[in-house]
Amino acid sequence: MIFDQKPVMARVAGKTMHNPYFTTLFFDFAINFHPGQFIMVWIPGVDEKPYTISFHEKDRFGITIEAKGIFSRRAATLTPGDMVGIRGPFGNGFDIIASPHAAVVAGGCGMAPLAPLVERLDPNLFFVHGARTKDFILYPRRFAAKRHFTTDDGSLGHRGFVTDLLAAEIKRRMDQAQPQFDMVYACGPEVMMHAVFTLCEVNGIPCQVSLERYMRCGFGVCGACVCSDRVVCTDGPVFHSDQLQKMTDFNRTALLKSGQPVALSEYVSWRCQ
Amino acid sequence: MISFLGKQLKNPLVLASGILGNSCDILTRVHDAGCGLVTMKSIGPAPRDGHKNPTVIDLGYGMINAVGLPSPGYAHMDAEWQALEDRDFPLNASIYGGSVEEFSRVARFVSARHPDFIEINISCPNSDCHGMLFGVDEKAAHAVTAAVKKVIEVPLIAKLTPAAPDIGRIARACEDAGADAICAVNTAGPGMVIDIETKMPVLAFKKGGLSGPMIKPIAIRCVYDIFRAVSIPIIGVGGITTGEDAVEMFMAGATLVGMGSAVRYRGIQVFDLVNRELNNWLAAHETTREAVIGAAHHPAGRTTHDPVSIAKDLSSQYRKNTP
Repeated sequence: MIFDQKPVMARVAGKTMHNPYFTTLFFDFAINFHPGQFIMVWIPGVDEKPYTISFHEKDRFGITIEAKGIFSRRAATLTPGDMVGIRGPFGNGFDIIASPHAAVVAGGCGMAPLAPLVERLDPNLFFVHGARTKDFILYPRRFAAKRHFTTDDGSLGHRGFVTDLLAAEIKRRMDQAQPQFDMVYACGPEVMMHAVFTLCEVNGIPCQVSLERYMRCGFGVCGACVCSDRVVCTDGPVFHSDQLQKMTDFNRTALLKSGQPVALSEYVSWRCQ
Repeated sequence: MISFLGKQLKNPLVLASGILGNSCDILTRVHDAGCGLVTMKSIGPAPRDGHKNPTVIDLGYGMINAVGLPSPGYAHMDAEWQALEDRDFPLNASIYGGSVEEFSRVARFVSARHPDFIEINISCPNSDCHGMLFGVDEKAAHAVTAAVKKVIEVPLIAKLTPAAPDIGRIARACEDAGADAICAVNTAGPGMVIDIETKMPVLAFKKGGLSGPMIKPIAIRCVYDIFRAVSIPIIGVGGITTGEDAVEMFMAGATLVGMGSAVRYRGIQVFDLVNRELNNWLAAHETTREAVIGAAHHPAGRTTHDPVSIAKDLSSQYRKNTP
């Protein structure tokens, strides 16, 4: 059983290379997990980073890695039998509603934390997934629920933004006097989540988004991941609309490793190194 | 309200340095959650990233950490200083340096940003060239304290390490050099945790400071020793997570009580909870915080209330502290 103290050493039990960009590593361990929570993954001698759990069964779970930085490129080269340290799960996770009037909006690898959520929501949800191109669509055949795609280049689905489709669906429900969304869930680039949040605010729809910040402890003491007065690792990573309204750092400011607050764009380019 | 070095605090609880202290927003929240005095994460002379992860691991009975003193550097915090200028709570600014000159440079700059107190971190075990070297040597502790005291206009608190062979003597050296209060203790050790599957130390820095419940007896002993060595007030820190722990720390000689790792075990609301537990304990025992400060220094099992014999006991002690 994985727990939230000293890392438990786990051997990679399976590996799926979805495409050149995304890899999922599986571990045959039980973990008490709620969709949206994350674990700290330690590659001895390299570093330790937070990853959401993207697959979860009773005695098996998986994390999906987008190979783009020093750590993630290394993590993507791990093969079955290799050992990593895992501690967690940490964070709050999503509040899951029973209503069929839910929307899930995923951007890029933001699909990973949303995947176990989608599998728990009513299958009649409205589900949008955007990516750079068709090749960057994660888990193209995983879900029973119908998924609408958007791409930056139009290589799959709508050419444009996820918010184009979400806005159209909100309007359609309004125009046709159909029940409006009871909740919108989003994860992706922060600028995208902010656009979803803003759209929901305008229409009086509650939403939940999952934020990302540089992390150290994972359990709310070191302060590395603060966003305004919220501690992302323990108060989040999932935040509701009423919290986001007060978080002026949302889509604006994040701390570098030194603790220096910088514009989100600067943070994002540093994080992708 | 509690008067401490000329400032008014709403209660005797202090946020220890290094915990959640890196922005005005989060410091405000900790104050609102019932903390009487919040301490900023130690501010250094230059931008510093700290160590790679893993940096902080919970062991259940406490934590081990080697974060490595990350800091934007004192000169790169304009927005934070600006925000803190308008605060409505008392602020303790922790600083560090690699030399007496660096300590002075940071201290002079920080003092001009008007924190209520400046705390010199001469006790961090998690860097090869900062902090702890000053805290285990009387002459070095005296030199850095005297140098900082000269360039600041706010009260000076010296934060000590339990690694000092005789912490009372270090505290006395700081007092002699002009420190207005002592904060004790920083993390203990350093310790090490090795993963036996990979045969590797878990922390990237290998060694790390110990905190939380496992070090409480060390912290209590240190504060007890310091109380007998100095006449300036003491902020007692180390393993406090409950009101009864706070009472114990007061009895050892602390005027205020700090908490850090307790946030891991009871959340940010730990300040409100401990404050309530402390007041309940004091009420149930029909006493006050002032009355229990240093109470453990009275002769064992004292039963007399005769003022003459108490005075005699007290004067026979090496030093007596006035709360």
